[in-house]
Amino acid sequence: MKYYATKINEKGNIAVDDTILVKDLPCTAGSRILEGFKSLFSAEAVTRLEDKGYTISGKTHVGEFGLDLCGEFSHYSEKEETIKGAAAELVKNGEIKAALGVDMNGAPRRAAALSKVCFLKPTYGTVSRYGVVSTAASGEQLGVYANGVETIKEIMEVIAGHDDKDGTSLKDAAYDYKCDAEVRGKKVCVVKELLEKADENTKSAVLDYAKKLETQGVIVEEISLDFFDNANTTWQILYTAETCNNVSRYDGVKFGFRAEEYRNIDELYVNSRTQGFNFLTKAVILYGSDVLSKNRYEDCYGKALKVRRVIAEKMAELYNTYDAVLTPACSKTEFKEYSINDAFTKVFSEGVFTSVANLTGTPALVSGGVQLMGNHFSETTLLSLAYAVERMGE
Amino acid sequence: MNYEVVIGLETHVELSTESKIFCSCGGHSSPKEPNDCVCPACSGMPGMLPVMNKRVIELAVTAGLMLNCEISRYTTFDKKNYYYPDLPCAYQITQLNHPICTNGVVTLKTSQGNRDVRIKQIHMEEDAGKLVHEGKFSYVDFNRTSVPLIEIVTQPDFRSAEEVVTYLNKLKSMFRSGGISECEEGAMRCDVNISVREEGSDKFGVRTEIKNMSSFEAIEKAIKYETQRHIDALEYGTEELVQETRRFDDVSGKTFAMRNKETEADYRYFPDANIMPIVIDDEWLEQIKSAKPVEIDEKVQYYRDEGISETEIEMLVSNHKLSKLLDDVVAMGCNAKETATWILTDCAGVLRKDGKTLDELNVSDTQLAAIIKMVAAGDINRNAGKKILIAVVEKGVDPVAYCKEMGLDRKVDASAVEGIIDNVIAGNPQAVEDFKNGKVKAKQALFGACMKELKGAGDVNLIRELLDSKLNNL
Repeated sequence: MKYYATKINEKGNIAVDDTILVKDLPCTAGSRILEGFKSLFSAEAVTRLEDKGYTISGKTHVGEFGLDLCGEFSHYSEKEETIKGAAAELVKNGEIKAALGVDMNGAPRRAAALSKVCFLKPTYGTVSRYGVVSTAASGEQLGVYANGVETIKEIMEVIAGHDDKDGTSLKDAAYDYKCDAEVRGKKVCVVKELLEKADENTKSAVLDYAKKLETQGVIVEEISLDFFDNANTTWQILYTAETCNNVSRYDGVKFGFRAEEYRNIDELYVNSRTQGFNFLTKAVILYGSDVLSKNRYEDCYGKALKVRRVIAEKMAELYNTYDAVLTPACSKTEFKEYSINDAFTKVFSEGVFTSVANLTGTPALVSGGVQLMGNHFSETTLLSLAYAVERMGE
Repeated sequence: MNYEVVIGLETHVELSTESKIFCSCGGHSSPKEPNDCVCPACSGMPGMLPVMNKRVIELAVTAGLMLNCEISRYTTFDKKNYYYPDLPCAYQITQLNHPICTNGVVTLKTSQGNRDVRIKQIHMEEDAGKLVHEGKFSYVDFNRTSVPLIEIVTQPDFRSAEEVVTYLNKLKSMFRSGGISECEEGAMRCDVNISVREEGSDKFGVRTEIKNMSSFEAIEKAIKYETQRHIDALEYGTEELVQETRRFDDVSGKTFAMRNKETEADYRYFPDANIMPIVIDDEWLEQIKSAKPVEIDEKVQYYRDEGISETEIEMLVSNHKLSKLLDDVVAMGCNAKETATWILTDCAGVLRKDGKTLDELNVSDTQLAAIIKMVAAGDINRNAGKKILIAVVEKGVDPVAYCKEMGLDRKVDASAVEGIIDNVIAGNPQAVEDFKNGKVKAKQALFGACMKELKGAGDVNLIRELLDSKLNNL
């Protein structure tokens, strides 16, 4: 498998997913439509890391606009029978210290779970989205891949914080990440309905993790919650609509790929976009376009906005009782190569584990092949829980 | 049968801000070359996020206050989707659900008396770029992309083309004097919604919309043509009226239906997640209110009370820069009528010499106030003041320092003036002789010689008086 889209520094210690801009480097977001595009500026997170002395090793392959499971449908990467995220594999192999990824619909979390590394999707508004190839602005957040949570903490301390260039960046939040906070007495729940959606290997990984937490004095309870499917559908409506809108700027007029054959502006649009986007992106565009259309808006997009609020309230209620939710990050421990024609439904069925964090802007940490989710700004709790389990393996 | 035309207006006005609505590119100031004023944000590159320009909100609120609107304390932006090469993101950021101002009213003075036109709403949005077609090729210029606009939507309250033009002129002078927009050619664009019904009916007829007109003359012509077309259709059945969008052709003076494709688009509006809802709290609203320029009518009355001429008032209220300069100079303790003359006659004269207009006036309020005060205090005469003004305009000098440097501030008492006049009379016997023989011009030459000796200093009236009495007593 080819991990890098562009490699610039053998000795670099940070890799950056190709959905994040680095000045003067090509950025394709895994899509032919951005062929030849070079960025005029670096993402804020990249600049902050470079200012602190970190060096960028290169741009890692992502699936087209990060819409797939974890990087299997890039226009550029070579095919591989078993699906794994490029940045996650580089981290796992120890070639780099950490990597930056954009979590819009769980792709980096799945990649981290499959490669058995960590990925933190922080609270929405924590890390500037300036320089992120945007798909769904209302739920995407830049996060960190690393081998252990201490490194995640180290990188987060550099990249978190307000940025005037991003209107959604939180203004007065204080970021004081710890991974050694007291976990004894913390309450974690396991959601029965989510566990049932995973295969046996994954299920036992979650239950093992729960046992390890218990030996650290954490109280673990299994509960029943019925709204994860609704949360997943809601996020699918919102993210496809937003993605449809955000990728509409890739039209063959200004930069990137343009079809060779066209007789007028309509053909320039249609041919460039037909040849420039892959099947999955087109499915997302069509779905998103439909839920925004005049006749469907009230029943789909409008309703999804309302349901989002309801689910956020239910999650907040849950976090009144529990400090974290322990779930699978995806249904399997390994995915085999499959047809892109099935990608949209496959991504949807895996989204049931990841969507709620994007939908509600709450943090989610993948570690040891499982996922811990918590309330806004609960990163320290999540990191400390994971750190407690991590240390047991040493 | 008698018919009545019913018209509603959507007016787009380009705001006079220093930067664009969502990025720091220069906004209103017109760049010279295509794509001079473009950055990754306003050209739709990935990774850039819109950052709200606060000034746009303040100007939109000010416009709303002028039009007696309710100001929304919570306002949001939406995305409007359509593909066109001059729209780099393929969506326009605008306001659909929570516009900044609603429910206003503006009173028009017409030949039929005062007429109230209700304002439905004012919303903020970004402008698109433009296309330039040359032969086989089309070029895109993004200079205008993301320039801030407000769109003012009225209720269908107009009953004639004249009322529409009166309204537009009122908006124009209001916005110019309020520093909201320069409203120059193309910066004000209108969509006109028009229908015709039997007089006295309370039902609306079939409505057509004429899109995107910028000259008031064209708007008036278009309304008149379209009204007649509707009347002909109703009265003589010349055609069946359908609800549609039309464009006005300036050359033929007619309106034409636009293709359906252009008009029946589904814009798929939805909220823009990149721009957080904007909350206008009491403190901010009060700030905007207190910075709001005085209403024109009030201002005109004030100028009149100060004795400024009607022509001058017209020049002042139609040019925010000039009226602001005047107001600021007056605030520094100068007389309003005097100041108006200094600006509109003296400054204009100095600029005209260099082929410039008042738009290019570069004299600051403090500079002008310094000159006017020196004259008013009798430190220098008006001619000396003018000399200083020229130096200020041409070389940007400090008026007080320049006055000292050139010795213009010499206070000349009557005895010194007398001495100089005596010298001049003694030194120009020919001119004196000519004067005695009745040549009026000779006196002017002698006066000029006196002024030259005095280097422009001294009280002109005193000099003239003394010279007269001395010549008459010769």
